[in-house]
Order: sequence, then structure tokens, then C-alpha cells
Amino acid sequence: MAALTPISRKPMSLVLPTVAAAGGFFGLFVGTANGSGLLGVLIGAALAVVLALVYVSVLKNEALSKWINIALFGVLGYVFGGGIAPAIIGLVYGWFIHWFTYWLYEGRYRARLLPYLTPGQVLWHYSFRVICGAIFTFLITPILVVMPLSFNAQDFFTFTPEMLRLDPAGYSLKHYQDFFTNNEWQRSFKNSLIIAPIATVISVSLGTLAAIGLSQSHVPGRRAIMAVMISPMIVPLIISATGMFFFYSQIGNWMEGTLGFNKTFVGYVKVVLAHAVLGIPFVIITVTATLVGFDRSLTRAAANMGANPVTTFFRVQMPLILPGVISGGLFAFITSFDEVVVVLFVGSASQKTLPWQMFTGLREQISPTILAVATILVAISILLLATVEMLRRRSERLRGMSPS
Amino acid sequence: MLAADGTPLKKSLARALRMQKMRALMLIAPLLIFVLISFIIPIGSMLFRSVENGIVAETLPLTVAELQNWDADSGELPDEPLYAAFVTDMVAAIEAKKHTRLGTRLNYEQTGMSSLFRKSGRKIKRMDPATDGPFKEQLIKVDKKWGEVETWAVIKAHSVKITNGYFLNAVDMQRTPDGAAPQPEDKRILIKLFQRTLIMSLIITASCIMLGYPVAWILANLPARTANVLMILVLLPFWTSLLVRTSAWKVMLQQQGVINEVLVWIGLVADDARLVMINNEFGTIVAMTHILLPFMILPMYSVMQTINPSYLRAAKSMGATNWTAFWRVYFPLSVPGIGAGSILVFILAIGYYITPEIVGGTKGVFISNRIAYHISSSLNWGLAAALGTILLAVVLILYWAYDKIVGIDNVKLG
Repeated sequence: MAALTPISRKPMSLVLPTVAAAGGFFGLFVGTANGSGLLGVLIGAALAVVLALVYVSVLKNEALSKWINIALFGVLGYVFGGGIAPAIIGLVYGWFIHWFTYWLYEGRYRARLLPYLTPGQVLWHYSFRVICGAIFTFLITPILVVMPLSFNAQDFFTFTPEMLRLDPAGYSLKHYQDFFTNNEWQRSFKNSLIIAPIATVISVSLGTLAAIGLSQSHVPGRRAIMAVMISPMIVPLIISATGMFFFYSQIGNWMEGTLGFNKTFVGYVKVVLAHAVLGIPFVIITVTATLVGFDRSLTRAAANMGANPVTTFFRVQMPLILPGVISGGLFAFITSFDEVVVVLFVGSASQKTLPWQMFTGLREQISPTILAVATILVAISILLLATVEMLRRRSERLRGMSPS
Repeated sequence: MLAADGTPLKKSLARALRMQKMRALMLIAPLLIFVLISFIIPIGSMLFRSVENGIVAETLPLTVAELQNWDADSGELPDEPLYAAFVTDMVAAIEAKKHTRLGTRLNYEQTGMSSLFRKSGRKIKRMDPATDGPFKEQLIKVDKKWGEVETWAVIKAHSVKITNGYFLNAVDMQRTPDGAAPQPEDKRILIKLFQRTLIMSLIITASCIMLGYPVAWILANLPARTANVLMILVLLPFWTSLLVRTSAWKVMLQQQGVINEVLVWIGLVADDARLVMINNEFGTIVAMTHILLPFMILPMYSVMQTINPSYLRAAKSMGATNWTAFWRVYFPLSVPGIGAGSILVFILAIGYYITPEIVGGTKGVFISNRIAYHISSSLNWGLAAALGTILLAVVLILYWAYDKIVGIDNVKLG
């Protein structure tokens, strides 16, 4: 598709006003920061136009003018902004406005588009990209913002001047240190690590069996059974939590009173069971989806050659549906690992999990240790995401679908 | 026709089929039983608790029987037998230490009942039902509320074992001896809260559609390699812990937060006029739109992927403008995706608790926050159960609609 459309240089009557608009837009922010928005717009626009003219008509050397422009705006940022951060913004802007000028001047913006598009359609094409870019920014910014903030040397939830100056003194690992040494955080982390895996094991083992059962050809009341099994995902958590709160407190009393278990143990059992139920729909959905592509004749072939159903299951069926099982398990794990509402209602203080601790922290506004924890959790979720994605591709490859 | 072992083929086939069914059910059974016990029964117990009201009849059996003979509308106080029965019941209840619980229960219906029962309990304890009568004067001397028709009317109204009282409370009404009546003006908050929950969920759904549609479109129309990279930007928030995203929004939106700092830094907002974006409706809507956006994008994307791009080209080749081609050809084909995403987002939104609790303040909370409040703070569990039941009914209706439009089997993840 590259260079589908022949490109030609555009007249200055198009380039200069557009460049001026971009320069003015940037100038507006610099201007308001320094007291006068209007002046900023004018200077920004004028600067962009003059530089564009100089580069295009006088210098006529794209690579050289690029470095000149980047250096120029970097210096301007450093001198007038007074610091490293404005200088970096200057460098980026310098690169951008130069790229933008040549992108317009050489007509490169048309290169990847269909040749018959009208100018209005071209404009819409790029506006649409910008809109989508903004939405993607909206999606990802909150998650990215948390990361640098977690290295804050102060106990603030915001960027300090030292951080903006990129001063090493403004950064520290103390919130991470707090997380790894503070008893309360460690205990809640350990609780999460106890509860989530056990709940996952329960939901995966029961869920996989049931999914295999559901995928057989003759199951009476299939839809009803499916509805019941998916219901924990559909019913809002607050309602599940309310119901479980009433029911599990009675069960708990019974287990403590009649069976004589100790209180902490009963608490863990209640939370684990509750979380296992919440994870089941995810296992069912992913495993059934994998089983749809499972070739039934393989099990018949195995039986034909004398394997009993158990052997068939472990040696033939299981390896093939394993990707689905694992990704279902990951969903179940993350559901339990993330869950606050149910554990808040069903558990007691000794079952405090990591999200619960974060929740109380956020409500009572304590330390930015929360941000350090958040960063660690984001890292974990990146790992999980990568694993699920890999499994999905593997399973599609196995089933002979193109790995798109 | 006979099978190999000599039995008729039909019979043998039926047996094989039965075996197969049995085996499938055996595989399903453990999970089904597990889900039934640890999920469906708890939900059922919640439903039951929203109408269950045995406490008055259990604690004051004789009084309740006597109350049947008394007409609350007459405006006259009950007679001596009722007071005697009441003292007998109370003495037994005090012995079992149940009278304060009854007081708490009745306090939900009328404030002051809790302290009335506690205070009177101390005095009634010293009375002997057999010898100390008559009680009418004595009780009124203990607390003049026992001489008010209203007190007895409340007890009578809530003496039934299965009550609609909690549901009436949940829709800002109250149960009186003459049937349902609206709550006093200053106690009507729940209907407003239901309305707010619905309206804000609708706003969140609408903003998810507006933000999600372009993204889904571009993901479905870019080359696969680029789309996969961009997909990470959608899936990463989806996989990130809810608490992380909520705390991120708290960091972004608060008065000393990142957005305000940036706006002040570039001079768009004065330092003393920072925007209030948290602890109100705005905070809840922004944070929840962000959190639920992937749930909108993913179904839309999977529908749009199946739309053949040549339809659009065909429309354009026949002279349709860009807009006509989109609006008359592409958009109708993408509607199922919008429907699926909207219902999913809406269902998730109306039951949300954590995010409104943290970024919603008092103006941005949902009905679920009220449920949590009644569970953990006011301990009015019956009302919490009734609110939960109403919410559940709404969700189930929507779920049914979702099943009609998309089908449960077509739920996909990631």
C-alpha cells in the first residue's frame, strides 16, 4: 500500500496557514502559562510560519533543518521555561512542528490514502484519527499516570516540582519499601495469595468438568443449566454480596458452633467459596468456547484404540483444550484477586485482601503506598494479558484459524 | 433390527443415549450443586429476607393475638387485656434479651421505638404479669408513648410474618394499618436514588457508545498488525485491577490532582479556582465510563469485524456520499454490537459499588451504596434485601433482553 498515490509538493498557501494554526495552538498554552494567551498565539503562529519559510525556501535541507529546529525549541524551552521538563517539551514540539511542516509541504499526508479522495475527506480521515487517538489516550493515561507517581519522594498524590524538574531527589522507592515492610500490607497481600489460587483451583476443576459435560450433544435443560452457571457473572456484585452476607454468616455460625472449626479457618472457607463461585462463569465461557473447536472424532479414535475415558481425557482432550482452561483460570484468578465487595461483606478483618486494604486506604486517604501497589498490580496484569493473548493465538493456530 | 448383542437396535440406541445423558449430567452435577448451594441459595435467602418479618409475632405472640381485636382507626387506646398481654410478652422477651432487637426492628419504621423498648424494658422487668395488674395506667406512666394510638398502630402494622413493608420502604412508602402510605417528605430519598442510578447509568452507557464506536471502528478497519497493537490499549485497562483504575482516577481528578495541576500549570485555570471534579456526579461518570469502556468496545469490535468492507465500497460506487454510506449501510449492520455493548455496560453500571463509593462523594452514589450502607452501618437488613431484590429484578429483565439480542452462549471474553 505504500505510496499508492503519487505525491506532489503543496503550495505555500496551504502549508503556511495550517502550520500557523498548529503553532498558534501550541503558543496558546505557552501563552496562558505565562500570562497572555493572545500574545502566545501570535508569537507561536509567527514563529511557525517564519521557520517553515526559512526551512522550505532558504535552507532546503530536511535532515539539517530538523536538528536545527529541535535544538532551537529545546533551547527556547530551557531558557524561557527554566528547567528540564520545559526543555523536553520544547524538543518534542520542535520535532513535531518540523515533521508537520514537511508532511504538509511534500504532500506526504496523501501517500497512504486513495487517490480520488476529496480534500474534505482527507481532512476527515485525519480528524478521525486524532479523535481516536484522544480516546486511546483517555483509556491509557490513568494507568500510566499512576506509575511515575508511585516513585514520589513526598507523601503526595500528585507530581511535585522536584519530579517535574526530573530531579533525582524527587523520586524514591520508599512507597515500595513501605509495601514490602508494612505488616498490614504484607498480611493482606498474603491473604490474597492464599485465597485467589484456592478459589481458582476450585472453579477451574469444577468448571472444566461441567463445560465438558455441557458440550456433549445430548444434555437435557442445557440452556437452563448454562443460565444458572453464568448467573454469578450477571448478577451485580453488590447483590451477590448481600445474599452471601446473609447466607454465609449462618453457615459460618453453624460451622463454628456445630462442627467446632476455628473462626479464622471458617472465614477463609467462606471467602474462598464465594470467590470460587464468582470465577466459575469465566471458566465455563472460555472452556466451552475452546470445546466448540474440538474435534470429537479424536476421542472416538482414542477409544477405538483402547483408551478408557480417563486416559482419553488426560492424554487427548486435556492437552488440546488446555489453553482455554488456563485462560479461564486466569480470568477466575483475576476475578478473585481483584474482588472487593464480596470479601468486604463475607470476610472479617483476618481475611483482609489486597483490594480491601486498597479500598480502605482510598476511603480514608492514607499513604501513596496504594500507588506503589497499583503499579505492581498493573505489572501483574500486563503479564496476565500477555499470557492470555499468547494462549489465544496458540489455540487459534491449533484449530487452524489464522492468528489474527 | 437387532444390535450385535441381540437386543433390538431401537432399545439399544435409547440405552446408549441415556448413558450419554447420564454421563453429561454426572460431569455437570458437581458444579451445578456447588453453584446452587453457594450462590443460588444465598440469593434466594436474600429474596426471602426482603419479605420475612417474624420478629414481632415471635417476640410478642400474645400481644399480636390481642391486637387483632383492636381497631387502629377508632382512635381509642386498646383495652387492659392487650396491655396485660404485652407485659407478659415483654417479661418473657426481656428474659431472653430479645426486646432490644425488637425495638431496633421497629425503629426502622418509627424513630424512637428503640429507646422506648430499651427504657421500658428496665421498668417492665420488675413487674409480675400475674399479680401486678392492671397494667394500662402503669405502662403509660413508664412512658407516655404507650398511651399513644400511633405506637400500637405501628406494632400492629408490622405484626404480620410476611410483610411487604420493606418493599414499601424501598419505594419511599410505609406500611400502616390502613395499607400503604407515602413516607413523610423528608424521608423520601430512595426513589430519587433509584432515578439517579438509572439516569447516571444511561449517561455512562451513552458516553461509552460515543467513545467506543470510533475506537471499535478503527480497530476493525485497520490492518491486523496495527489493530493488535492498539487492542492492547483497550485490553490493558480491561485487565487492570478495578481498584487501580479507581485510585488512578482519584489521583487524576482531585483538587490537588494531576488534571488540575496541569490546567493550573498551563494557565487555563487559576490556582484559587481549581475545578471540582471529584466527589460529585462528574467524577463518577468519568471514572465509570473509563472503567466500562472496554466492555463496550469489545462486543462492538467483534460485530464490526464481521461487516464486509466491500458493502461500503459498493454503496459509494453507486453514488452514496461518505455519510450516506455509513449511515444507511454500515451503521445498521453495527447496531447489534451497540445493543450488546450497551446492555452489558448498563447492567454493570447500575450495580456498581466501589467506584461511586470512592469518587462519588455524596452526590454521585448509586443505589448499591445505599444497600451497603444498610448492610454494614444501619443494619436494616430487610430493607437492604428489598433494595437488592428490586435491583436484581431490573438486571434480570435486562439480562433477558440481552439473551434475546445476543444469546448467552455468545458471550465472549478478550
